[in-house]
Amino acid sequence: MSDDRAETNNKKDDVTTSRRDFLKNIGIAGASTLMAGSASAGVPADSPDPDAESTAAEWLQGHFVLMSEEDKKEAINRLEKRYTAKYDKKTTVANTPPLEGVLFGYALNIGKCIGCRRCVHACVQENNQSRTNPVIHWIQVMKIPKGNFAFTADKLNDGYPKSSAFGDYGVQVGGNAYAPVGGLATEHAQSYYSADEMVPDKDYFYVPVQCQQCEKPPCVKACPVRATFRDPNGVVVIDYNWCIGCRMCQLACPYQARRFNWGEPNLPPEEMNPKTHYFGNRPRMRGVMEKCTFCVQRTREGRNPACLEACPVGARKFGNLLDPESDVRKILATKKVFRFKEEMSTYPKFFYYIG
Amino acid sequence: MKKILSFVADFGSYAINGGTKYKAWLIFLLFIIVTGFYTAYIQLSEGLIVVGASDQVPMELFFANFIFTAHVAAAAILVVAPGYFYHRKDMKELAVIGEIIAMVFVATGITFILFHMGRPDRLWHMVPFLGYLNFPNSMLVYDTIVLNVYLYLNLIGISYILYKKYVGEFDTKALARWFTPVIYLAIIWGPLIHICTAFVLSSNARMGAWSTAVMPFGFLAMAGASGPSLVILLFLLIRKYSKLHINDSVIDLMSTIIGWSLGIIMLVFAAEYFTALYSNTEHAAPLNYSMFGHNGLNMYVPWFWGTVVTIVVSFVAILNPKIRKSYDRWLPILCVVIFLAILMEKPMMLVFPAFSPSPLGEYTEYHPTFIELYNVVLTWAVGFLSLTLLVKGAVGILTGEVKYSKPVDAA
Repeated sequence: MSDDRAETNNKKDDVTTSRRDFLKNIGIAGASTLMAGSASAGVPADSPDPDAESTAAEWLQGHFVLMSEEDKKEAINRLEKRYTAKYDKKTTVANTPPLEGVLFGYALNIGKCIGCRRCVHACVQENNQSRTNPVIHWIQVMKIPKGNFAFTADKLNDGYPKSSAFGDYGVQVGGNAYAPVGGLATEHAQSYYSADEMVPDKDYFYVPVQCQQCEKPPCVKACPVRATFRDPNGVVVIDYNWCIGCRMCQLACPYQARRFNWGEPNLPPEEMNPKTHYFGNRPRMRGVMEKCTFCVQRTREGRNPACLEACPVGARKFGNLLDPESDVRKILATKKVFRFKEEMSTYPKFFYYIG
Repeated sequence: MKKILSFVADFGSYAINGGTKYKAWLIFLLFIIVTGFYTAYIQLSEGLIVVGASDQVPMELFFANFIFTAHVAAAAILVVAPGYFYHRKDMKELAVIGEIIAMVFVATGITFILFHMGRPDRLWHMVPFLGYLNFPNSMLVYDTIVLNVYLYLNLIGISYILYKKYVGEFDTKALARWFTPVIYLAIIWGPLIHICTAFVLSSNARMGAWSTAVMPFGFLAMAGASGPSLVILLFLLIRKYSKLHINDSVIDLMSTIIGWSLGIIMLVFAAEYFTALYSNTEHAAPLNYSMFGHNGLNMYVPWFWGTVVTIVVSFVAILNPKIRKSYDRWLPILCVVIFLAILMEKPMMLVFPAFSPSPLGEYTEYHPTFIELYNVVLTWAVGFLSLTLLVKGAVGILTGEVKYSKPVDAA
């Protein structure tokens, strides 16, 4: 398939144009009837409907990457108009292109992380996630018991078999088996916490997990319509308007990084962040997938992701993996770095390190 | 054209007419369908939040039922193949009924997938040339293609046979030229839809319980058990209530297939469980969860052991000639049991427990909602209504009760 070139070249594509024309010929009227219950459901009944025609046009739009520049502008104007009306504040939808010669990478110091979840909440505010029903967090902080203390002398004779010709002490399995000793084993991880929990708990360490921006992402391979794909900076993004909601990507992701809009997202207008990007934090609709994009709306403009800025202990570092002077590259060169679930061969560009 | 119109009219009027019991069955299904429109409307307007799925268990009952419909659809070739491959005279006539089962179940499966999708309105994104297909990478694309091709192959087969028989031009020699290849293709295509569906599941490396090479074999064996169970039930009903003659030999072949399919299921399960449990690594965690529960979460435990016991008991029972030959009592009961056991195996053993532990170590129990259950029932009702009407009409044509009469009376 030549789609790799098509994705990076954003040239006017004749095929796409003719597709659009064909769809237009099917009839905008019919399409808007079909859509009445779905995309336009986001528009409150009392506000002036930014017209059914724009909803229909949104339904008819092709894959954003394959659209002509002109159609992209049109699509973005449509979205800005709809969001501005819905959230009652001037909303911009950027289409900032990927940076030249940049491969984004992230490094997180699990030795420093105190489990305060400020990154989680900064992310929710920055990226316009649904606040209630469904609650969507792109970062999930695992709390993992440190272990070691589980070994006891009491269990010395508890093994299997209880007694044998070799002695009565568990020749095959020791009595202290099946106890956690820390490490990145998810088996005893807990992800849920109460709001008044004191952190850090000395018996635990904390591992925030978000989209690992794999170089070989299984989610992209599984998507039947290429709604999700790697951008030239190595970030996996989603065209929320192209996603069909089949959740094959969620099934494929070994990091549980993808979140689905099970219902119409609830984003209070006063909390809405009006500075958005098409592939990033623009408000999503019901029935589509979303996930961390390394804050594409910020990083494509040379800023740091919101989670990094919120981290009170400086456990998070972000930068260009191609630049030897960047924070991430220095960490890769000097610290004990590892990838989460390396055995999955997804080659994440999200690194964990200690010290 | 006149012939086609009269075909449709005669077929339809024969299909909807019948005895009191038959009419009651149709009205029952219609009642479910009409009331089901309401729950379907709720799901389509509110989104999938009204079903029990979550980011931890993203596949719901619709997906599980879809896998089951693929079982039955693939198994329908077991009615078609003996007639064409082994030239069994007693089965060649019945091939069309096998194809009807295949077509209806594929269509039902596609309906389940529509309920499963978050944005069914964007389905056109998957239409070749109109949308964009992630070919050749996405397994779902393969599955969509094979399911649709199977649907149309069977649609062509059924309409051609029934129409030609209706107008009395059914000529086996002329048929051989293009029609037999179509049937052969459909026979080969049956297992294909199943293997692709198995690959949609087993291609996910992170799903420890699913990434197993025996998945397609297990699926084919379950197809061989559940499909013929439905076929036997249908044939016994046809034999009882219509003039169409179905030999005991046909029923016996089907029950033999069921028996040995159950045997293969047992072997596949044993191979899978042994491989997982001997080393008992983290890949065995979902299986341990199904078998013994986890920290008090043991919803799936009775389903697991219940299904395993049912499969073993059914296997032993169907080997017993007294039960196998009890056409009016034990055999139909056993067929219902096997059909339901394989149906329930899908969500409660295959799909839901496989998601625990999640990649971040969470254990979840899945609780379907009423709307979800009713939408499943609705989809089954639509499927069974189409199956009933099509089989009834086909039986009318096969027995010669429905045939084209030249409009002499009109002239």
